[in-house]
Amino acid sequence: MSKTPLVVETRGVTRILQEAVPVTLVRDINLSVRKGEFVSITGPSGSGKSSLLYLLGLLDVPTEGQVLIDGQSTNGLDANALAAIRLRKIGFVFQFHFLLPEFNVLQNIVLPMRRLGVLSEAEMTERGMTLLSGLEMADQAKKNPDQLSGGQRQRVAIARALANDPLILLADEPTGNLDTKNSKIVQDIFTKLVSEQGRTVIAVTHEVEFAAATQRNVHLVDGRIVSDERR
Amino acid sequence: MFWRVALSIAFAQLANRRRQTLVSVLGVALGVGFFIATSSIMSGSEKDFTQRLVNNAPHITIKDEFRNPTTQPVFLAYPGGAISLVRTKPREYLRGIKNYGAKVEELSQRHGIIAEAALTGQIIVRYANKDVSASVAGIDPAKEKFLTQVESDMREGSLDRLRTTADGIVIGSGMSQKLGLKMDDLATVIAPSGLVKRMKVVGIFHVGNLLLDEGQVYVLLKNAQVLLDKAFIANQIRIKIPNPDDAEAFAAGLEARWGYRAESWQEVNRDILGLFVIRNAITYSIVSAIMIVAAFGIFNIISTVVMEKRRDIAIMMSMGFHALDIQLIFLIQGVLVGILGMLLGWGIGRGLLEAVSTLKFTVPGMTERQGFVLDWSFRPYAIGGLFALTAAIAAAWYPAHKASEVRPVDIIRGAA
Repeated sequence: MSKTPLVVETRGVTRILQEAVPVTLVRDINLSVRKGEFVSITGPSGSGKSSLLYLLGLLDVPTEGQVLIDGQSTNGLDANALAAIRLRKIGFVFQFHFLLPEFNVLQNIVLPMRRLGVLSEAEMTERGMTLLSGLEMADQAKKNPDQLSGGQRQRVAIARALANDPLILLADEPTGNLDTKNSKIVQDIFTKLVSEQGRTVIAVTHEVEFAAATQRNVHLVDGRIVSDERR
Repeated sequence: MFWRVALSIAFAQLANRRRQTLVSVLGVALGVGFFIATSSIMSGSEKDFTQRLVNNAPHITIKDEFRNPTTQPVFLAYPGGAISLVRTKPREYLRGIKNYGAKVEELSQRHGIIAEAALTGQIIVRYANKDVSASVAGIDPAKEKFLTQVESDMREGSLDRLRTTADGIVIGSGMSQKLGLKMDDLATVIAPSGLVKRMKVVGIFHVGNLLLDEGQVYVLLKNAQVLLDKAFIANQIRIKIPNPDDAEAFAAGLEARWGYRAESWQEVNRDILGLFVIRNAITYSIVSAIMIVAAFGIFNIISTVVMEKRRDIAIMMSMGFHALDIQLIFLIQGVLVGILGMLLGWGIGRGLLEAVSTLKFTVPGMTERQGFVLDWSFRPYAIGGLFALTAAIAAAWYPAHKASEVRPVDIIRGAA
């Protein structure tokens, strides 16, 4: 276990919202996640689990401490540099699917690849289709997001998060909007991504069942890590 | 590469709000269309008018007068001297341009220049017991036809017939009608000197200007000299130069050299040319007002799209889009509206011009019904298009910038 490299690491991360009354979202978080780990972050509402995830995904920057992605510190990087790291190394899945309604399923998945601009148009389409078939969604490629069910949309969102083959997949309540059956499907997808493809997944969840399926559970209360259990 | 992404997103977002986009595009298009129509009417009429000014009169007229009265010799002899002379009159010269023959000859030697000596004055034309006073110009028919439009405006006869007829006179259509004077009739011409001459009508012109058609006659220079009792005298040298725009400088040169007042067509018509500047300013301010209203339309649609697309903006940013990418996407939408408006506006402008070109109306002072003279050049289209694009970019800038300032965390937190 100790030989696999750290993909994300936090050192004393604190995030305080500077408002009329300063709000501490997370405090003194020290967390390191190795490649291939499947981590769930749990905790009561308002415990700062989503805030921690946004910090790990560089959507937010810490007030104190630092976040290291792939062994490199991200302190002092400007918005564009952070965006560039997100584009290459981080894939997000949120509770809401956030698919662009103007584009069909395949186009939505191809969008991050287009922004990266490495592959040719044909290669992007091919990769997009591969991702879709991996999630048994290949037949839906030409449909618009509003023609899909909630579970299908979430699968498309996962495919989009995987578009640029990210180092880390971050999920914020990915099953929060889904019924039991679809929750199970999505949960299985994450499990497979870890076990079969060796991907690193960090998921915020409040569902016990989902958390139980992960190999490691980090529990937050009031912005602090109170337990970090490996199974 | 990224351009295509931004463009496709921009396109898709506009296509999703077809009606609002159409209204914004129409706003811009009407602005551009009306600009093209008004500015082409304005600049067309300006060009037409200038053309008439340039063609109806010589480019430069040298007159037998001086711009400033000559200084008294005593002031020249004692400059700054403590002398006071009151009620002195400037020296009276014999009217007429000295040695005009040599001057005309010299000017005519130069390439592309036509110069003609002329004598003008006042006479009365009498026929069938009716009198009409008229300005007479004693001219050289061979040169006059290059200097003014009279020859091409002849209804009957020609200027050349002045040379082949003893005591011929060319009159305007208005005078012909007023006196009942027809071709080959013999009119009685009465000069201020008291001289009475019977002259034969050898041509009738119609330039469309009441003043000229009723009150201008042409005779040979030598006949005018006889009529006005000014033998061997010319009081004007009329000049046409290759490029009318050079007239001012050329006139100044002649005046400096010979001392006689040399008036360019610009100097004579300065008030009218000044009017054009004001007219253009009015045109441009009206069109700017239209474009500002159109710009608000663009601002409105882009702002709405940005408000509605905050989720999409947030997810694109979380995917790794830069703030500038987002700004670009919305700027492109503004520019797209601008371009569509511009293209449609070109069509509207062209259509308006086609419609306007069929109109005819009566203008006071003109004897015929007139149409708009239009400027069919590409220039109004280019300026209108430039207006539209500038307005579009300016209007889209602020909402696009706002879009780039969206903080994805705020949106995602709110949507969850």
